[in-house]
Amino acid sequence: MSDASDIGGRTAIVGIGATEFSKDSGRSELRLAVEATKAALDDAGIAPSEVDGMVTFTMDNNPEIEVARNLGMNDLKLFSRVHYGGGAGGGTILQAAMAVASGVCDVVVCYRAFNERSGHRFGIGVQDRPPAPNTENAHYAWYSPYGLVTPAQWVAMFARRYMHTYGATSEDFGRVAVADRFHASTNPAAWFFQQPITLEEHQASRWIVEPLHLLDCCQESDGAQALIITSRDRVKDSPNGGAIIEAAAQGASKGQEMMTSYYRDDMAGLPEMGLVARQLWATSSLTPADIQTAVIYDHFTPFVLCQLEEFGFCGRGEAKDFIKDEGIELGGRLPINTNGGQLGEAYIHGMNGIAEGVRQVRGNSVNQVPNVQYVLVTAGTGVPTSGLILGRDN
Amino acid sequence: MSELIDALRAFEGRVIGPPTRALDAVNEPMIRHWCDAIDDRNPIYLDNDAAKANGHRGIVAPPTMLQAWSMRGLGGRTGATAQDDLLRLLDSHGFTSVVATNCDQEYMRYLEPGDRVTTTVTIEAVSDEKKTGLGVGHFVTTLQEYRDDAGEVVGTMRFRILKFAPQPKVEPRPQRPRPSITRDNAFWFEAAKQHQLLIQRCARCRQLRHPPGPMCPHCHSLEWDTVDASGRGAIYSFVVNHHPQVPAFDYPLVVAVIELEEGTRLVSNVIGIEAHDVEIGMPVVAEFVAFDDELTLPQFRPGLN
Repeated sequence: MSDASDIGGRTAIVGIGATEFSKDSGRSELRLAVEATKAALDDAGIAPSEVDGMVTFTMDNNPEIEVARNLGMNDLKLFSRVHYGGGAGGGTILQAAMAVASGVCDVVVCYRAFNERSGHRFGIGVQDRPPAPNTENAHYAWYSPYGLVTPAQWVAMFARRYMHTYGATSEDFGRVAVADRFHASTNPAAWFFQQPITLEEHQASRWIVEPLHLLDCCQESDGAQALIITSRDRVKDSPNGGAIIEAAAQGASKGQEMMTSYYRDDMAGLPEMGLVARQLWATSSLTPADIQTAVIYDHFTPFVLCQLEEFGFCGRGEAKDFIKDEGIELGGRLPINTNGGQLGEAYIHGMNGIAEGVRQVRGNSVNQVPNVQYVLVTAGTGVPTSGLILGRDN
Repeated sequence: MSELIDALRAFEGRVIGPPTRALDAVNEPMIRHWCDAIDDRNPIYLDNDAAKANGHRGIVAPPTMLQAWSMRGLGGRTGATAQDDLLRLLDSHGFTSVVATNCDQEYMRYLEPGDRVTTTVTIEAVSDEKKTGLGVGHFVTTLQEYRDDAGEVVGTMRFRILKFAPQPKVEPRPQRPRPSITRDNAFWFEAAKQHQLLIQRCARCRQLRHPPGPMCPHCHSLEWDTVDASGRGAIYSFVVNHHPQVPAFDYPLVVAVIELEEGTRLVSNVIGIEAHDVEIGMPVVAEFVAFDDELTLPQFRPGLN
């Protein structure tokens, strides 16, 4: 009988590579995928021929074999995909870590590449989704005919209940956006480089779906991110160092739906992220006090508050006070999304956040937090999700 | 408006252009072509003897050829007649479309080979503004008089057109997004068409569940029936949609999670209330709205019953 702790600390991310983040890449998604993968392999000092496993999202349009063929890779012994949109991010690392820890693979590439702004935009929602009679489409039958069709709308339903339950306000959500944009303002790779916002600007931004303002919503982006996972003992040979995968976990909870888990007793939490949290703490034997910085999935600001609570950085309903009093910007108790997050840097389905976690461990983030030992990185919320704890190789 | 009517009325009685004398006299070859084209085998048009046997002096022309003898074709139009002025006046008031509605011909005598027809056209009548199936417009009736060289009227034609303002095309409202219907959820949408709000119930352990599914998550029975919900409930959470706007809906659009008094929740719209007045906990009651032939859904209105 094995458990998740079998993979704890045995593997590492030794390479990260990305394209530029834009609103119109001008290139094919496949080209973005191979550019990012090659950059990540170069960062790791590993040749494409050494890769023997590839993992991506089911939503990705670039088959593993196409990326491999273009990069001249050899034999692939693992190709796996993770479902449920942005919830897949940490799940791809979990797949890779399991493959390496079990000896199936030596080097695994995890990647995500899309033209999500210039091509198909997620933000417009599913109103055109063809009503072919299958279970995934039938899920939307309970929402689309009523006009509840976009991710922002699905999330806003939780946000309203969360506000009602705990007395959080739009300004409490806005502080997340302000922190993200503050961090993005000093990150040359961020779309919103040198464009910080104030809480007043957040409050004045137009409604997208009440209670969410425009500035509560992440960007839509073109770009790609790739990450190279191999065994821990190769970190010492990595030219730029690596981040140990102290723990990786997925979670889907009772009554789980894709973005619309409205039928559970409580709509003011994220039990699937709580499940991820419990696994990560158990596998790593760490606690929130051990985490110096975190990349908290931020497609929409309200779920950042829920995640802080699910991971135990504060009690239920107390995230608004944690953010205000303890601080989530550089210099605060828990600087989050030091790359600018998906509101400030780019929306690459959370994979760019994992790369920022690696930079914080390596010590070369543009917004470096002092003395980083462990970084928490989470994946998409409102969906079956995942998370990671990355740590330094001491 | 009456100014236009006065201007239109001024055209009544005006003669359109000079009299037009036919380029050719009535002749047997054109009669034969006509009869061939419309497959008219009446022998008085084609056979001298038969025509004589019927009291004519010889072959006669089919009366319906009346207009054909003096038609000028496209090349004859100057654009400078009173009729052109009238049509332009109507165009300028938005009556830009035209359709022919009536053509009544009257024949005084048969035309014979050698007759040469001269046509005079008069604007006989312009109607008041009329509402028609095609749109609002004016009927214009012209009277064409056909004379022989002796000046005798051999036939007349009243031709009526409708000059109308084309109705703006009313685009049918785009339909609400279609639900994907499977064997697991079809019963619910079918019942909605009958204005029934159903909740699936396990036939064994009697637990209610929504959204429906094939198996009871409590006792794993595959057998189920339904209960008819009262339609009463309360708003558990809600959103007000502003962007993006899907054409089928009016914005701001209120979508809510409704907790029914039976205990299950469902998503629907809240109607009959300003968006900023909606609150969590507000009691609501279901009513059914048929959005189109295929889709009827419950909507919820504030109230207790």
